Amino acid sequence: MEEIIVSVLQRTLVAGTPLLLGTIGEVLCERSGILNLGVEGVMSMGAVTAFIVTFATGSPWLGLAVAILAGMLISIVHAFASVTLQSNQVVSGLALTMLGLGISGLLGKPYIGTPLSVKMNTLPIPGLVDIPYIGRIFFDQSPFFYMAMVLAFIAWFILVHTSLGIKIRSTGENPRATETQGVNVSLVKYLCVIIGGGFSGMAGANLSISYSKSWIEGMTAGRGWIVVALTIFALWNPTRAVIGAFLFGGIFVLQYLIQPFGISPNLLAMLPYLATLVVLVAIGMRDSNKLNAPAMLGEPYKRGER
Amino acid sequence: MLRLKVSDRQEITTLHSFLTLVFSIVTGMLAISLIFLISGANPLYAFAKIFTGSFGSIYGIKETITKAIPLILIGAGLAVAYKAKFWNIGAEGQLLLGAIFGTWVGLNLGESLPFYIIVPLMFLAGFIGGGLLGAIPAILKIRYSVNEVISTLMLNYICAEFLTFLIVGPWKGKTKFGFPYTDDLPESAILGVISGTRIHYFTLILGILSVLFLGFLLFKTRFGYEVRVIGENPNAAKYAGISFFRTLLIVMIISGGMAGLAGVGEVAGIHHYLSYPASISSGYGFTAIIVAWLAKLNPIYVIISGLFFAGILVGGDAIQISLNLPAATVFVFNGTLLVFLIMGDYFLKHRVKLQWSRT
Amino acid sequence: MRKIEQLEMAGITKLFHGVPANKDINLSIRSGEILGLLGENGAGKTTLMNILYGLYQPDAGQVLINGKPVRISSPQESKMHGIGMVHQHFMLIESHSAMENICLGYDAAPLVFPKAKLKRQIIEFSRKFNFDVDLDKPIWQLSAGEQQRVEIIKALFNGADLLILDEPTSVLTPQEIKELFVILNKMKDEGHLIILISHKLDEIMELCDRVTVLQKGAIVGDAETKDVDKKILARMMIGRDVIFNIEREEIPSSDRVLSVDKVVVTSDKGIPVVSNISFDLYRNEIFGIAGVSGNGQKELVEAITGLRKIESGSIVLDDQEISNLSPRAIYDKGISHVPEERIKFGIAPGLFLYENAILKQHHLKKFASRLSLAYNTVKDHTRGLIESFQVHAPGISIPTKNLSGGNIQKLILGREIDDNPPVLVASHPTYGLDVGATEYLRKQLLKRRKEGGAVLLVSEDLEEIFELCDRVAVIFKGEFMGVLKADDPKLCDIGLMMAGSLRI
Repeated sequence: MEEIIVSVLQRTLVAGTPLLLGTIGEVLCERSGILNLGVEGVMSMGAVTAFIVTFATGSPWLGLAVAILAGMLISIVHAFASVTLQSNQVVSGLALTMLGLGISGLLGKPYIGTPLSVKMNTLPIPGLVDIPYIGRIFFDQSPFFYMAMVLAFIAWFILVHTSLGIKIRSTGENPRATETQGVNVSLVKYLCVIIGGGFSGMAGANLSISYSKSWIEGMTAGRGWIVVALTIFALWNPTRAVIGAFLFGGIFVLQYLIQPFGISPNLLAMLPYLATLVVLVAIGMRDSNKLNAPAMLGEPYKRGER
Repeated sequence: MLRLKVSDRQEITTLHSFLTLVFSIVTGMLAISLIFLISGANPLYAFAKIFTGSFGSIYGIKETITKAIPLILIGAGLAVAYKAKFWNIGAEGQLLLGAIFGTWVGLNLGESLPFYIIVPLMFLAGFIGGGLLGAIPAILKIRYSVNEVISTLMLNYICAEFLTFLIVGPWKGKTKFGFPYTDDLPESAILGVISGTRIHYFTLILGILSVLFLGFLLFKTRFGYEVRVIGENPNAAKYAGISFFRTLLIVMIISGGMAGLAGVGEVAGIHHYLSYPASISSGYGFTAIIVAWLAKLNPIYVIISGLFFAGILVGGDAIQISLNLPAATVFVFNGTLLVFLIMGDYFLKHRVKLQWSRT
Repeated sequence: MRKIEQLEMAGITKLFHGVPANKDINLSIRSGEILGLLGENGAGKTTLMNILYGLYQPDAGQVLINGKPVRISSPQESKMHGIGMVHQHFMLIESHSAMENICLGYDAAPLVFPKAKLKRQIIEFSRKFNFDVDLDKPIWQLSAGEQQRVEIIKALFNGADLLILDEPTSVLTPQEIKELFVILNKMKDEGHLIILISHKLDEIMELCDRVTVLQKGAIVGDAETKDVDKKILARMMIGRDVIFNIEREEIPSSDRVLSVDKVVVTSDKGIPVVSNISFDLYRNEIFGIAGVSGNGQKELVEAITGLRKIESGSIVLDDQEISNLSPRAIYDKGISHVPEERIKFGIAPGLFLYENAILKQHHLKKFASRLSLAYNTVKDHTRGLIESFQVHAPGISIPTKNLSGGNIQKLILGREIDDNPPVLVASHPTYGLDVGATEYLRKQLLKRRKEGGAVLLVSEDLEEIFELCDRVAVIFKGEFMGVLKADDPKLCDIGLMMAGSLRI
């Protein structure tokens, strides 16, 4: 029994890691006032590029680096459309999703069905891994898990305790006032969208070179959208994102856990999506003023001259 | 120093609007060529294939019209929702639930009823199915301010799983040799086609009539006026005493219901039984988003943009086979064209000039 | 070290869509001087200062600091040159603390832990100017006066020598205005340069050493304040002697139409903002609600027009209880509404003129059956409306956002009073409009009064209140500090009432 609980918790963290990575990126992006609905597509790009590079070079770390870069590059499309062209962010986010899914499909076609020979291996932390129970759960994870935890902390620290963080949050709250304080609002937004894209790319790499070691079309399976919902659940706070991501990781694991009880796997597969709806409704029942959503989230900002 | 000078364009003519559209599509196509080049396909060959596969051959035209049917139905419904700035991304799920409802009626009542009763009944059921699914995000948004993009998308996944559950489980056909399909619909529930084609004309006529109706609804009626005011300025709508709940609920029932109709059309006109979600819909719900956008959210124009994108889907199928490209190729088209339509919109609304300035 | 001893703007011209907002403007200011920039709304004062602050780029002309031409292409560069600006609408992040707002504007803020590291410095700095503000409170919890102090600290802490203040007194109570003037005089004595934008003659005369008068984007006068009087300045500013030729004839008010009794309303944040307000409104009367904005007038108006629920109390129109009815039901019963922030609330900017001309009335039988809208009737109605309310528009099939603010406001007012509703609620109806439109709109309100209508006028503009109203209520923190007849001599103390220190 203990064995099962430890393994379930360990797998919960594994399943939650890509969600956490994506959510940190989306939190940064939305804090600057840009709603990026393209996460699903960007994740897919990250997954396919990480896979291809790892396949070709045998180095998962190089694969990860290229995935981050690819995620950043393709996110420029959304940054350009929503910041420079001041277009509707919902529409351009959808365009980014389609573009990401499409291009990753094109690039990945030759690799469907070929497994990787190397992948990002788990990295037991010497010493810590021997702690009873805890060690197996927390310190016998892939590097993605450790990176995600550290990055969540860094993102929180930057947002709350640095000048850059004040600039990012101010941009999302009131871009006009921020601009009059001499901040280059467009630059901040570009930066946040692109870095957010890097995070999504990383999340995708997590899926293709660690979580599984293969590429199939649609392997992101809606995780990008769950990330957008988790960002709301996290109340735009990277540390709360940790809780949300692992909660959902748990739901992913739960599917497989209760499958032996004779419930149709298709009905169980609905769980994460149903849970997303339930979570959003639960948040919606709270007083909307306490949500702290960036005030200008999703609003195109037209600068200066009338 | 050379710098860009951007100013708002005060008046926009129809001609200007049209030319911008054409220019956006052409430049978008060029960008797609680039993507083809990078992924190792010859773009000229690809475009030639797409054209001959869609509008350039009799077979292509027949198939294009066939695929335009669901796109027009869904696109018009989405246009209504988007006019109210309600971002329904859930047409895919609404189509599937419509198909499920319609199929249930067809399988259970089809044997005992003549076609002129069963067919309308199936479409009615499909409309109800899609409409119910559309109503959920509307209620969630107004009561619990749940972002409709996420809720409609989640419902897509949920419906797809539900459909798969049905066809591998309780609804699995007895005549299908173990394949996860339902039984065929009875004869009376199957839609007639124009001979030599797969064009199920009943749905096509239904599509054109509903497009005209929605155009009238949006631009000539009191309800349409309220929808447009909500979309333009929710504050003003509140001030004008327009009920958000009632209006958005009806909008989404219509929007989902239209997708539901398309679902019934696909099952009763093409497949004749329910199978995997991906084969029932092949992404119509997503392509229709751009159909609506390209039509400038005018249901009437959806007929044209629906045909255009149906051509791309059919041509896309053609190159998938001959160039060995994945199904996601269509997404590349859709995504790229949408990006260029957004850019075109910017140049339509703004006057952008390169200028020498002294400082 | 002072960065600015003397600053000059030379030959500044700025065009918007080819229309000049500033024409060949020259002005100068030196250390230890307060310069008034006087002009009515739309004269181009704010545009000129936004150029100095780097928000706009001039089409011609240059800025010289200590005699040397400088390039100011962004607020960042402007701040580096030692210029700071307090905008009329404060440029503060509402949900952030005062501390974070100051850090945002501070160029030398440390990269990590800026709040913790700067706190002591900022507290010391604020003491020097007797600023008393809780730096950890979020801005939205501060009063307008406190918010303004945060803005001033922000600019000065960043090393601003020249401080531009755009209509700084418009949101302040008379007491706060006195305190502000003390601060500004102190800064002047320390050698700061101050430019005060205002359209109020009194404060220019009281505070400024010199005054430059703008009219329609051009300088029409420049004088030492000791050499001129208010009358001369007024003539310069308006270009004619009489400011308004509005005549308000005495009409006895008749029957009571609206009765508001012990109404309590809460804000979006759930805090009570209207507490136990009661008043009656009569035919042939304009009833004014004066007060600094943010004291509950907005919520009171929303409660009367159905946009906000009331917690308790009653609102009775012609013997019918109307509280908590829908906005549409209240409109149908005869209360029409000219909302504040006309573009945000009063119109759907992208829809055509004729579509906006029936907003809130589109459900009426004359325009619509159950299903369809009678667009021909609507268009005829719109043509009539723009004719009789002097809306200048190239046509009725153009997006409404293309109209000027004054024309949009005339359209809204026309739409609201064309049917002769028994009650009209008007919030800041002339805010930000030019003299012509202001005068026209005020006359229309008086016309309504004469025709037997009852008007509830909410305004921050005391001149407007005194000119139009038969009775005036002064609101402070959600309560009436008193309701007075327009000719009541006690109205002299309206300033004290607005500040909450006098209740009559």
